[in-house]
Amino acid sequence: MPTIVVHVMPKPEILDPQGKAVGAALPRLGFEGFASVRQGKRFELQVDGEVTDEVMAQAREAATTMLSNPVIEDVVAVEVVD
Amino acid sequence: MARIGVVTFPGSLDDRDAARAVRLADGEAVNLFHTDADLQGVDAVVLPGGFSYGDYLRAGAISRFSPIMERVVDAARGGMPVLGICNGFQVLTEVHLLPGSMIKNEHLHFVCRDQVLRVENASTAWTSDYAAGQEITIPLKNQDGQYVADEHTLDELEGEGLVTFRYVGWNPNGSRRDIAGITNGRGNVVGLMPHPEHAVEPGFGPDSRLNGRRGTDGLAFFTSAIRELVATG
Repeated sequence: MPTIVVHVMPKPEILDPQGKAVGAALPRLGFEGFASVRQGKRFELQVDGEVTDEVMAQAREAATTMLSNPVIEDVVAVEVVD
Repeated sequence: MARIGVVTFPGSLDDRDAARAVRLADGEAVNLFHTDADLQGVDAVVLPGGFSYGDYLRAGAISRFSPIMERVVDAARGGMPVLGICNGFQVLTEVHLLPGSMIKNEHLHFVCRDQVLRVENASTAWTSDYAAGQEITIPLKNQDGQYVADEHTLDELEGEGLVTFRYVGWNPNGSRRDIAGITNGRGNVVGLMPHPEHAVEPGFGPDSRLNGRRGTDGLAFFTSAIRELVATG
């Protein structure tokens, strides 16, 4: 069953407290050399049938109207994986 | 008697407190459910605090698509007073009745405290029983309470007097420009993070210096709306 993957990230100018917390914990566990961490979301939309242009358009629409909040988040990719 | 609807979403926590606040302000509280297709003729609506739909996608994000919210949005655009408290404020931003958004508190902790606010705008449907500049104390409890918007939006809010409440003394979540609550241009839609419905009855509200749990500073939210609704008949 084909799957459309939507990646959503907090906008660069928005403080990302979750990423900040992870970034602060990395060196405590011995992982050095990472300047910062930002945490986003990945949605997997399984498609019942073929991924047509219309289905992709629907996925993009869902990504920008529901899966992300344009005030604080960017949709960075909408892609098909098998 | 003014009839004020209180919406219960799956995960609402403060709907009963909000209904009680309406009754203590001499209004009639009407229970509305997220799947309801009409507003039962209410004169105003309160979106209460809690974790609607578990906050699973983002705080308030899924409520936006509930049947009752379509009606609430239509009514709000028509001028009906709508108050969103905490999670209700998050819902109002997700549904675009108010600008901006809420993210996790800057210090990453859940906060629960008696919070001092300054009333910046006393001419909204929900603040007319306050005086501009008045300081009130009501409880605050949230994890995703950091109000954010782009600089242009913030400048617009400030320029048009739409910042309704500001944090005084300490900004508990890192909100831009100490904003605790805002209103729309018409003044009928108000959203804020702290909880006026928890400060409406002596013995249950915030502590004051002289009397424990006596604070009732939140009651004027509800009396403001009810007085206005009764006046306009």
